[in-house]
Amino acid sequence: MLHIINFAHGAALMMALYGVYYLHQKAGIDPYLSLPVMVPAMFAAGYALYRFVVAKASHGKDENILLVTLGIAIVLENVALTLWKSDTRTIETAYTFTTVAIGPAMIALPKLVAFAGAALAAALLLAMMRGTDLGRAIRACARERQGARLVGIDVEHVFAMSFGIGLACLGAAACFLLPAYYVNPQVGNGFVLIAFTIVVLGGMGSFAGALLGGLLIGVVESIGGLVLGESLGQIAIFLIFIAVLLFRPQGLFGARA
Amino acid sequence: MRQLAAIAAFATAVALLPAITSSGVVLNIAIMTLYAALLGQAWNILAGFGGQFSFGHAVFFGTGAYAAAVLQARFGWNAWAALTAALALGAGVGGFIGALSFRYGLRGSYFALVTLAFAEVFRILANNVQFTGAGVGLMIKLDPGAARFQFADKAGYLYVILAFVVVGLLVSWWLKHSRYGAWLQAVRDNEDSAAALGVNVFAVKLQAIMLSGALTAAAGVFYVQYFQYIDPSLAYGPAVSVEALLGPIIGGLGTVWGPILGAAVLHLLGEATRGLVSSLPGVNLIVYGVLLVLMIMFLPRGIIGLVKCSRP
Repeated sequence: MLHIINFAHGAALMMALYGVYYLHQKAGIDPYLSLPVMVPAMFAAGYALYRFVVAKASHGKDENILLVTLGIAIVLENVALTLWKSDTRTIETAYTFTTVAIGPAMIALPKLVAFAGAALAAALLLAMMRGTDLGRAIRACARERQGARLVGIDVEHVFAMSFGIGLACLGAAACFLLPAYYVNPQVGNGFVLIAFTIVVLGGMGSFAGALLGGLLIGVVESIGGLVLGESLGQIAIFLIFIAVLLFRPQGLFGARA
Repeated sequence: MRQLAAIAAFATAVALLPAITSSGVVLNIAIMTLYAALLGQAWNILAGFGGQFSFGHAVFFGTGAYAAAVLQARFGWNAWAALTAALALGAGVGGFIGALSFRYGLRGSYFALVTLAFAEVFRILANNVQFTGAGVGLMIKLDPGAARFQFADKAGYLYVILAFVVVGLLVSWWLKHSRYGAWLQAVRDNEDSAAALGVNVFAVKLQAIMLSGALTAAAGVFYVQYFQYIDPSLAYGPAVSVEALLGPIIGGLGTVWGPILGAAVLHLLGEATRGLVSSLPGVNLIVYGVLLVLMIMFLPRGIIGLVKCSRP
């Protein structure tokens, strides 16, 4: 939205997954119940990270943001490696292997919950962007930074808020992911480029685009895996990413700037 | 001229190293530092002088490494002939990526992301094509002899990598003093003004990425000759891309000596932390990451920038 390309997104997701994991192992809190802890915690971490590190280091240049978040990603990943070793960990809950029949399809319950959670989070975000002052301020900053500053918007605060909201989403995603997924220090890497692909495909700053892009990428990933085999299938995502960036940088659904 | 004298002095000093010590550890550190410096120099051509930040230099590195490994292991080529082919391929891949991304006007972060995506595409390809040994990787025969770009002792490798780095230094010096270098730096500082003044922006950037790609491929070939082994994540994984950009950013972007200085600082720091806390994996990378953030925050012009500021 604000053209902040955050390389540490994957690493932050990884940290959140570890957070959920340890809340479950040490405190016995169910992953879904750790939502009220993880979301505010990740929001605070994101806000602070932007205010005190990213904003200070970027000197207002896009490339610097990329480099700084890359540095943060390296640090987070290796802190995790140092603290928790590179073992892959999973948790087991009562419902990990529960499946639900919807028509002819059998769907794992955690995945169904994750789908509902993602849809709910997207709806909340959309409502926030449309209906609140903060949402309007974020959109204003994205359109015209100088202008936003002139009418009295605290631009740095707005940027930090949106960075925090981004990480808060990761906190929620971690709670929904872990019952069906695993965590290790490298787990975030796989998500970063996919997340970029979805956003670019949908059009930067467009929520509906990101949703449709997400669905499209999911389908492409599955079909690619089916046709080309599990590991070669991954290539489809990156080829789409390159093609969209080259030929339609405004995204499939975005208007030409 | 003073710069050229400094380059000559540097080359002589490093070349005398094997005469002073025969310690394999010391020579290995020197070799790996020079190797990192070479990666940094190559990246610096495109990013430091040209302003195009690549996050996927592994694509050139891996192409060079695989070209050398495949040509030797599958076709029985001589290593030096394979080096020539690898340089050409590195430049070719650079030309391909550059032509696509610059033709469609990708700038800043978008260019960085595209290079990263290309590296991933190549990694997945190398992982799945039998020709490159797929996920198992490729090994080349151990057969020491200067004619085959393999050496029984570390000193031989040191001389080769030193020669590559000196070429990198001379290229950087040439960029500082030539008309082409001036065009490239004009494009970095303001692409639109450069175009308005008659600089062929597209061609200048294309040549820079090809030059950078060829030099990175040379580092890839050296890697294969030194370790006799390559696999897809070593060749095209993000580690190489990161290593390529750390040195110049810490040493000083767009300078002749920055990449070498940065590589030296990183390696000495890495060795020191590994010596202090050897039991923990990844500690030296934490230091690198923190250093990267701090440098961008406080010294965006690198160590060289600091030195220049303190001089009247």
